[in-house]
Amino acid sequence: MQYVDHHQFDDRSPGVEQQEPTASTLTYTVGFAFALLLTLASFAVTQTGLLWAPGIPVGLVVLALAQIGVHLIFFLHIGFGPESTNNIVALAFGAWIALLVIGGSILIMANLDANMMPM
Amino acid sequence: MTAATTTGAVPTELAHGHGGGGPAPTRTVVAYGFWIFILSDVTMFTALFAAYAVLAGRTADGPTASDVINLRHVFIETVCLLLSSYACGLGALSAERRRPGRYLVFAALTFALGAAFLFIEISDFVDMAKAGAVPSRSAFLSAFWTLVGMHGAHVTTGLVWLAYMAAQVAAKGLKPHVLRRLLCFSLFWHALDIIWVGVLTLVYLMGAM
Repeated sequence: MQYVDHHQFDDRSPGVEQQEPTASTLTYTVGFAFALLLTLASFAVTQTGLLWAPGIPVGLVVLALAQIGVHLIFFLHIGFGPESTNNIVALAFGAWIALLVIGGSILIMANLDANMMPM
Repeated sequence: MTAATTTGAVPTELAHGHGGGGPAPTRTVVAYGFWIFILSDVTMFTALFAAYAVLAGRTADGPTASDVINLRHVFIETVCLLLSSYACGLGALSAERRRPGRYLVFAALTFALGAAFLFIEISDFVDMAKAGAVPSRSAFLSAFWTLVGMHGAHVTTGLVWLAYMAAQVAAKGLKPHVLRRLLCFSLFWHALDIIWVGVLTLVYLMGAM
C-alpha cells in the first residue's frame, strides 16, 4: 500500500470533523525547549566572543533559520505526510517571494550605493 | 487497499488530499485557507523587512540602532512570546481533548504573556519617543517603527482575537466550528513568533552589534 498510515481515519466519512489530536504535550515541550535554546544561542553569539566577529551575522541567520524550522515543525505541525503537501507547496512559494523581495532589495540597493557618487 | 476494494464501502482512506475519495475534511480546508492568509501576511512583512534592511544605516546623524535598543528588554520580550506560544499550544491540546476549563486557563496564560510582551514593547516605544527617536527623525527610524510596530499591531490583534475566542469557548463550548476558529488562532499566534524571530535577528541582535 503506497499511502502512509491512515488507520485513524477509517471510521469516518470525508468532511466529518476529525477527533484525532494533531500533536502531544511532548511535541510542544520539545519545540519550546529547542526554541529557547536557539534564542539563548542567538543572544550568546552577539554578547560573547564565541564566534569570529565578521561571522556573527551569518551565525545569526543560521540560528534564525533553524528556529523558524523548529516553529514550523513543532508548533505549526508542518509535517511530511500527504496532508501537509498543499501547505508545504504554499510555504515554499512564500519563502521564494521572501527571498526575492528581501535578497533582491538588498542586492539592488547595495549595488546602487556602490555606484553612487559620494555626496 | 482493503477498504477501497470492498463493495459499497466508502474509501475514506483516500479522502485526504489525493482527490480520490471525496472532499477533504472541513478542518483541513479551513486550516489550508488560513495558512494561505498567513503566508500573504508574511509576504507583507517581507516588504517591511526588505525596507528595514536597506534603510538600517540611513540614520541622518540621528540615533542609531544600537542607541535605541535595550537587549535586556528584548530578551524578556522574546521569552514572553515563546512561553505564550507554548501556552497557546497546550491550550489547543486541551481544546482538542474537550477540556474547556483547562483551555481557558491556558488561554489566560497565553493572553497574560502576550500582554506582557506588548507592555514592554510599548514602554520602550514611549522611551524612544521621549528621547526624540520618532519615526520622522530618519529613514532608519521610519523603517524601525513600521516593522516593529506592525508586529506589535499583529500581537494586539491576536490578543483581542484570543479574548473573543475565550468568550466563545465559555459561551458555546468546544463545538466543531469553535475548534476550527481556535485552530486558526493557533496558526496566527505561532506564525507571529516566526515573524518575531526575523525581527529579533535582523533588527535587535544585528542592530545592537
